[in-house]
Amino acid sequence: MSDITAEELMAITASRLLQDHKVVFAGVGMPLLASGLARHRHAPHLTIVLEGGIIGAALRPGKLPISTNEMRAAYGAQMLTDITDIFLYAQRGFFDYGFLGAAQVDMYGNINTSVIGSMDRPRVRLPGSGGANDIISLCHEVLIVTQHEPRRFVERVDFITSPGYLSGGDSRARAGLLTGRLGAVVTDLALLDFEPASRRMRLAALQPGVTVAQVREQTGFDLLVSDEITELTPPSAEEIAIYRELRDGPVAEPAEVAS
Amino acid sequence: MEHVAVLAARAERETSARPATDKRMTAEAAVQLVRDGDHVAIGGTLYSRTPMALVFALLKQRRRHLTVSRPLACYEIELFLSTGALDRIVTSWVGIGLPWGLAPVFRHYVERGEVHYDEWSHLAMGLRYKAGAMGVPFLPTLTMLGSDLAARVDLQTVTCPYTGERLAAVPALNPDVALIHAHRADMFGNVQVDGYQHMDVDMARAARTVIVSAEQIVGPEEIAARPDQTMLPHFAVDAVVAAPYGAYPHECYGRYGPDLQHFDAYAAAAKQQGPAAALRYVQDNADADFASFLSTAGPDRLAALAADAQELMPR
Repeated sequence: MSDITAEELMAITASRLLQDHKVVFAGVGMPLLASGLARHRHAPHLTIVLEGGIIGAALRPGKLPISTNEMRAAYGAQMLTDITDIFLYAQRGFFDYGFLGAAQVDMYGNINTSVIGSMDRPRVRLPGSGGANDIISLCHEVLIVTQHEPRRFVERVDFITSPGYLSGGDSRARAGLLTGRLGAVVTDLALLDFEPASRRMRLAALQPGVTVAQVREQTGFDLLVSDEITELTPPSAEEIAIYRELRDGPVAEPAEVAS
Repeated sequence: MEHVAVLAARAERETSARPATDKRMTAEAAVQLVRDGDHVAIGGTLYSRTPMALVFALLKQRRRHLTVSRPLACYEIELFLSTGALDRIVTSWVGIGLPWGLAPVFRHYVERGEVHYDEWSHLAMGLRYKAGAMGVPFLPTLTMLGSDLAARVDLQTVTCPYTGERLAAVPALNPDVALIHAHRADMFGNVQVDGYQHMDVDMARAARTVIVSAEQIVGPEEIAARPDQTMLPHFAVDAVVAAPYGAYPHECYGRYGPDLQHFDAYAAAAKQQGPAAALRYVQDNADADFASFLSTAGPDRLAALAADAQELMPR
């Protein structure tokens, strides 16, 4: 796996968390690519839902949508409904996974995609929640995929756009968020989960060749470490090939496109 | 934050005329229905089925003190900002699109505090339009709770009278004017759309005035041939504008794909020159009429975008 990129490593690791016969509500970019990889490999009955109102997105290799509302997102879909309706399916409890990226995430899994600095005098105004706040609030299990660097993994986010475990313990439930749990955070260095009592982010497994010290160095807060740290299986040649074909389109020589 | 009393919005719809007459007019005439200070809701989402012909006609009018709401907003927000038309943006997301990074003109105005950005979640926006469309003052939901978004927009909660559970209470949004682009409409304003509906139905039903542009104006018999495809009835529509390629350079489901090269050019200029680039874009494109804007793209480019869309349609 010498020539694999951080993005490929993250997406492949994340794709393995998605089980067959489940429904995933995916954001565009890495979450969508990872969901597509799962469908094309170990989870052919995984239903991909996109916030543009698409149920059963099929994904055409090399023609992935860059917006969940554009025509390419509807390719091969089983159902198109309106945007509000798709989120109401989430609120009703139909979606097993919510799958998100994150500009900034903190030790309790709160995500900020609104502002760097203060809301009144922002240093950088980011685009905003989009559907992320709803996905993290309403899906059964939430997966987050993002690059592991100190500026992204902060002790407290500048602004809670999308609520994780808020200030830990039972604070999420006390805020009225009775559904949903944060399952995992996948990075290019590690797989992380949340310690059940404190709800603090915890190192669960390392990417191949990465040390605990390296992960700590790239984390902007005091990271809990599981007693039983394992090493993740390196991406297989098959995973890498399927992923690249999904992202870039079929390779020049004749190849079977799984569908 | 503007909260429109729901009975006032209803009273306007109750007493408004509902003549089944020919409502066709030009985009220029239709946008005269928008006044300074209005809340204008723009249909479609991001760069899909945005009513660009109507947006351009409105930009040309240089209205002031507008509030604009949308499900997810694209660079049209930057155009309105560059002309000084906007006081407030109400949405869940503003950007040109993921490949183009952060929207520089939007950042310029928001970071300087020159425009208010009321950020709601995507579902909350949908439920705000839906509450407006339903004629109720709020809708209960399980989203947005616990986040700083909720505190920022002063989101209130409500206790269920049956179970005692606490829910977010998302306030109704009744825009003054909704701009919608559709595939087909007849002259009375019966409107049909293919593919994605976005939040258009609720947005239009919530609004006090609805302007619809359509790729094609069809006869009433064509609407009646497929009544299950009708998204809005004539009595919910106030103006009908014929606008082939009326979402260009954004996409229109099944008709034409987005002109991403056009986006590249805009994004590059906006990154280099900020608001001045957005204003020049308005002057060069919106201030002309839409037909001449389309002609700058050229028939070959438009035909290629149509072929892109055709290629993606189910067969």
